[in-house]
Amino acid sequence: MRGREWARPVRPARREVLSALPEVEQGRPPLLFVPGFGHGAWAFAEHWLGHVAGRGFPAYALSLRGHGGSEPAPEATLRAYTHDVTQVAAGLPRQAVLVGHGAGALVVRHALARYPARAAVLVAPVLGDWATLGTALRRNPGGTLPAFVGAGLRLSRRQLFSRELPDADARRYAARLGRAGRRAQWQLLTHRDPEPAVGDPPVLVLGSPDDRVVPPAALTRAARLHGGAPLLFPGMGHDLMLDVRWREPIDAILDWLEKEHPPA
Amino acid sequence: MSPSTDPGRPEPDATTLAPPRDARPVSDRGETVCVIGAGASGLTAVKNLREHGFGVDCYERETGVGGAWNWRHDRSPVYASTHLISSRPFTQFPDFPMPDDWPDYPHHSQVLTYFERYADHFDLRQHIWFGTEVIRVEPVDGDRWDVTTRSTGGYGPERTSRYAAVVVANGHNWSPKLPRYEGLEEFRGEIMHASSYKDPAQLRGKRVLVVGAGNTGCDIAVEAAQQASHCWHSTRRGYWYAPKYVLGRPADQVNDTLLALRVPLRVRQWLYHWTLRLTVGDLTRFGLPKPDHRVYETHPIANSQLVYHVGHGQITPVPDVARFHAKAVELTDGREIDPELVVFATGYLPRFEFLDPRVLGADGSGRPRLWLNALVPGHPTLAVAGLVQPDSGVFTLSHWQTVLFARLLALRVRRPERAAAFAQRVTAGAGERYSGKVKDSSRHWFEVGHADYLRAIQRAMHELEEK
Repeated sequence: MRGREWARPVRPARREVLSALPEVEQGRPPLLFVPGFGHGAWAFAEHWLGHVAGRGFPAYALSLRGHGGSEPAPEATLRAYTHDVTQVAAGLPRQAVLVGHGAGALVVRHALARYPARAAVLVAPVLGDWATLGTALRRNPGGTLPAFVGAGLRLSRRQLFSRELPDADARRYAARLGRAGRRAQWQLLTHRDPEPAVGDPPVLVLGSPDDRVVPPAALTRAARLHGGAPLLFPGMGHDLMLDVRWREPIDAILDWLEKEHPPA
Repeated sequence: MSPSTDPGRPEPDATTLAPPRDARPVSDRGETVCVIGAGASGLTAVKNLREHGFGVDCYERETGVGGAWNWRHDRSPVYASTHLISSRPFTQFPDFPMPDDWPDYPHHSQVLTYFERYADHFDLRQHIWFGTEVIRVEPVDGDRWDVTTRSTGGYGPERTSRYAAVVVANGHNWSPKLPRYEGLEEFRGEIMHASSYKDPAQLRGKRVLVVGAGNTGCDIAVEAAQQASHCWHSTRRGYWYAPKYVLGRPADQVNDTLLALRVPLRVRQWLYHWTLRLTVGDLTRFGLPKPDHRVYETHPIANSQLVYHVGHGQITPVPDVARFHAKAVELTDGREIDPELVVFATGYLPRFEFLDPRVLGADGSGRPRLWLNALVPGHPTLAVAGLVQPDSGVFTLSHWQTVLFARLLALRVRRPERAAAFAQRVTAGAGERYSGKVKDSSRHWFEVGHADYLRAIQRAMHELEEK
């Protein structure tokens, strides 16, 4: 029974969806990238979308409401973000693979209970556990503490990117970061566990042992939730899709998908 | 079989079952499951069975998906202006939302688009044999089923395949239930069943009598009010006409707020009566009969416009028809009216002409005896999907019915002893109702309260998966 959800449907919102499609349709499942809090679809449009399309998979990225080019939504909740993901996923021509980054991975985990994804990938997942909060407080108290009193969670360049990324790029990306809704931010800690995924899709977890947002132990825990071990990319920052070696993780994801869903 | 529009014509013989098995070859489809029909319930059955790892052959007599909601199909009851009467959240499949920029009550063409997208999104069409009708379904040893098919319309040879399980999803809103009235044969005016009503042009400029106060009857009466030269609306009893919007929100969403808060039925009825008193007021003032029941005791009629048109004098409420004369219709209060066109919106009866009625435990009246309106006592590998008339949309309920059935089939492989215990539960629960007090007529055979029904399905799933 989802009486409460039916009684109070999520308010529709205009959502930004960016895409890159392969030149020849090869019958492969589309990938839907879900950015984490503060990020928009642009973060994936920078490198990953084009690369994914180049390897024959249709690629889409959305901006959760209140992020990127989507409609402002200061009061958005985790449920509203989940709704955004299921709406966009159901609107794709074929059953999609959901790829969530950062807190977007948590949104994807919730969305998996509402949409039977073909597979899911959690990239540097922020699933809202206390260990991740502890790391954030230790590494970036100035950006994390104000979030407790309703301000935006601010992540520093040093947390997000490796030192290999040229400073100009890091500044440019950091300048584009926005903030999630206050309630959604709180729900990172207070949310209920997601319901079981529909259709039991395979789930891949990947990240970096040098991520300064998600500690390695949290990566291992996230992977164990789905019965596996995390795929690790040493030397990369939290924003794997924007870092200098962005190609390695996305190629690993696509290789895994090809193994899971070989082309017809 | 096209829907009959001949009034009073006896229902065709449902026993088209073949004599004992002949020497026709039977192709064994192994563990594949057969789904009959690619409408809302059939599609969700195919999708959920595939999701649980089963091979599926779906037979659809038409050339497209959508069943009743595909207006091109000759069994489709939808007409040009049909809109949903349950709002989007109550109607959509729980794992495939309708676009949230659609209206609260989408048009039937949007519903068809939704099914076509559902079929494409989950790549279901490759499992569907279009233009193929099922003519026989017979149980064989080992809880398996022989399904005999041929091209729609009786062309081509028959083919029999053996399946591990069958889901019957052939719909129950296509075989018209036609009332019998004295003198009906003598009537010189035009007569049709609501299943043949497609376009308001059929009513234009005519004196129209609409018989029946279901949602379809009320919708057609409202259309006749705007198109016909006059409209009489004949109802046997008084009904509650619920508005589609309350407090600026779809009425079912407001109602479910109360359900979610577990407000007792009596309090909800009181609130409902109070709301209707405030908005519509005393229906008898409009000449409508006083309802002889409380709200929630019959299938809800969601229509904001009927009372409005009665108030404008464009619809004249009249009691039941007593008999027909050549050029007039006599009503039970003695009045005579002279309609040129009579539309019988008198509902439909379920038909499973490919199945021996005893398989579904049907009594003399044709009413199947099932648990959860879906599972068949004595036949653990047979299920009926979508045989419900809920106070919400059907699609959500069909989804969970087919998920339950898919899990049951999976359990038969994994833990046969547990599945056997569950089969006893099916027999014990056959005939259970999932709504409050309802009138005992064929109109309410499949009546379920969506909240009660979904809770019952949820309990069944827990029972199934208990360690």
